[in-house]
Amino acid sequence: MSSPLITLKGVNKAFGGRSVLDNISMQLMQGEITTLIGPNGAGKSTLVRIILELIQPDSGTVSPSAGLRVGYMPQKMHIDPTLPLTTCRFLQLANTSHHACHEALERVGIGHLATSPIQSLSGGEVQRALLARAILRKPNFLVLDEPVQGVDVTGQNALYRMIGELSKALNCGVLMVSHDLHLVMSATDRVICLNQHICCQGHPEQVTQDQAYIDIFGQTTAVYAHQHDHHHSLHGDVLDGHNHQHGEGCNHD
Amino acid sequence: MTDFLLYALLAGLGVAAVAGPLGCFVVWRRMAYFGDTLAHSALLGVALGVLLEVNLSISVAAVPLLMALGLVYLEQRGILSLDTLLGILSHSALATGLVVISLLPDVRVDLISLLFGDLLSVTVDDLYVIYAVAAAVLGLLILLWKPLISITVQAELAAVEGIKVSAVRTALMLITALVIAIAMKIVGVLLITALLIIPAATARRMSRTPEQMALVASAIAMLTVVLGLSMSWQLDTPAGPSVVVCAALLFMLSLVVRQRG
Repeated sequence: MSSPLITLKGVNKAFGGRSVLDNISMQLMQGEITTLIGPNGAGKSTLVRIILELIQPDSGTVSPSAGLRVGYMPQKMHIDPTLPLTTCRFLQLANTSHHACHEALERVGIGHLATSPIQSLSGGEVQRALLARAILRKPNFLVLDEPVQGVDVTGQNALYRMIGELSKALNCGVLMVSHDLHLVMSATDRVICLNQHICCQGHPEQVTQDQAYIDIFGQTTAVYAHQHDHHHSLHGDVLDGHNHQHGEGCNHD
Repeated sequence: MTDFLLYALLAGLGVAAVAGPLGCFVVWRRMAYFGDTLAHSALLGVALGVLLEVNLSISVAAVPLLMALGLVYLEQRGILSLDTLLGILSHSALATGLVVISLLPDVRVDLISLLFGDLLSVTVDDLYVIYAVAAAVLGLLILLWKPLISITVQAELAAVEGIKVSAVRTALMLITALVIAIAMKIVGVLLITALLIIPAATARRMSRTPEQMALVASAIAMLTVVLGLSMSWQLDTPAGPSVVVCAALLFMLSLVVRQRG
């Protein structure tokens, strides 16, 4: 479809003699959403940090393409409450104008929080603020380490949808880390299943049929499908609740 | 006003001016124990400076700096938690300093003034050193302000956005070591951290931006020096501890005022 943004060849990494990543080779493509899944301790975050060149692999190569511009959304952020910092100022650390920050905050739906202290934001709002800071840099590659962490299920859906829309609008490749299987499946072009080595990879439907995937995650047969027939505003209010269907035995209005 | 009091006041104001902004980073980055460790190692710096006959100003800054670099190395090896490492290094450095000083032949080192400061014995030469170092520290802080804030907020994000995180972190350690070297004269190794964090903590309640907090902390630290020296003059109390007592009183006052407001 298009050119690779970053290419990994035979990457190995060990911590204290214990191998964490074993011979990882992969390509991340422009305009493609790739999701990295795997159990705890599979080396997902280590791989992300190698791709971001925050740490060096023991062996193997990481080759970013020329003109690669990364927007990163880290897994966690702890800002001491003694640091007086508004959400807008937090975004401005990415080296941009006041105006651009407000625009980015509006784009992720938290424009009203621009002057709030960053420490007062809820889990979902922090994720959106981080996403806003990532897109501020006009990236062609977004790296999101567990982007829906600490967000409720409805919010997760909304956030995944937003990531999908933003990546399309910015025409950038996305690498997303998740252990949230069925939510990710719909929002992703390619799944890489990692457990220290790459177990399997491919389209979501393909991967769920793969024996290596089933060995790790089990057969995901009876996934509860939530019939969500209304929408929420950012504050959790039901927007169109009056026209939803009640099941039998439901006797409220 | 007598000369020695004027010198003391000028020295105190010079140190306080830079202790404010640096203290903010100590509070934001939760480096209080780290600052303590470096301050304690400054005593070892004095002992080694006398022993090896090098300029005391240099050895007093060099030992904490080496200590800081050693800490970074040990922390990256991941053998012990940072907290434990600091506990070991902090008290070993203090004890070693005390032992080495007691072993020095023919040199009378005034231990109390090293531990608690000797503001009233400041000379004109001390003033030159203090203001030169304070100017350098201030320059570095202004130059590195944005990257410093950025790595304090989220270091990995800062790195991805192109900031040389370890270089900036090392610069902050250098700044800390320099401030400790000049603050030792004022409040002594045991009370340096107080001069850094109390004004910053007091300033937090009056500030809405990081820059505001740094400036307010500076102003509060300077006010503290003036109050502490007056107290020392009026009540004949030791100058360094008096400064810290005034800082603590101002902090408590800020708590009370806020509860009423």
